[in-house]
Amino acid sequence: METIKIMGTDDTPTVILDAQNEIFEISGRSLPEDVTAFYDPILQWLDDYSASPKPKTIFTFKLVYFNTASSKLLLDILMKLEQLKESGHDVLVRWYYPEDDEDMQEAGEEYADIVDVPFEQIGYTLS
Amino acid sequence: MDRKNIKGFLEFVYDFYKSMKAHEITLVYEGEITHQITKAFTSLTESNMAKEEESNSVQKKVFHVMVECLQNISKHADSFGSDDFLFAGRGIFMVSKGDSEYHVTTGNVIENSKIEELSKILDHINSLDKEGLKQLYKTQMREGRLSEKGGAGLGFIDIARKTGRKLEYHFLPIDEETHFFVLTSTISRSE
Repeated sequence: METIKIMGTDDTPTVILDAQNEIFEISGRSLPEDVTAFYDPILQWLDDYSASPKPKTIFTFKLVYFNTASSKLLLDILMKLEQLKESGHDVLVRWYYPEDDEDMQEAGEEYADIVDVPFEQIGYTLS
Repeated sequence: MDRKNIKGFLEFVYDFYKSMKAHEITLVYEGEITHQITKAFTSLTESNMAKEEESNSVQKKVFHVMVECLQNISKHADSFGSDDFLFAGRGIFMVSKGDSEYHVTTGNVIENSKIEELSKILDHINSLDKEGLKQLYKTQMREGRLSEKGGAGLGFIDIARKTGRKLEYHFLPIDEETHFFVLTSTISRSE
């Protein structure tokens, strides 16, 4: 499977989807000019990955900011992970939030409420 | 401009400057809102807030509100006095800073036919408490169709949640077909 590696900018997140090394990660800031165009390849990749996934998929979100347009697309990603879990695979979401950012913590809790996937909330300190 | 008009214009510039100072306006823009403009204004405001050692949480709130307000204009503002689509997506955008709060204000043209629905959405958001807003956000994210323009009303809900205040808005008549829609959001500088 092809690997997706997108370097983050001040308005798009860093994305690493590497099945071989089992790295699944979205981090940074997300307010792309065209959210659908940005996230479509990622959703497509997850569809392809779901056809022959690894025994355990640990997906990391480590965002510091996302706009409301991105929030819907992040939910789409989580719903793909939910499908993966429903088809009998092991899935875990690690939701990282800056320790002093209640809103980002709450966003993780809200997603955890909406989708049926195990969530691990992890606070970290920005150094 | 002849001599007299030039003098009048220069005096207007000074009046405009004084008026901005009186209303504590730190940024004002009228025109098309593009992604580049959004990036420029948010990063300018961010660096100003950092310079003034505004708390992280206030900085984040102002950033959130600015982005959602700017995107509302770029996606939903109607054209003024012309059917040309090139005139859509424009509006006025202002940031003002007082001793105790920031205000982010937008104004744009809206067709009369859309006012009823927009007021309904805004009033509904204003009728909800913190928990209600959270539930609405979740429902809209799950069920609300992301139109080709994006949105699904999430921006307004987010502004209400981030500021913890009601959405203050007003419609002023322009002509037979359109109104001017003004929305102002307040972010408290103390926590």
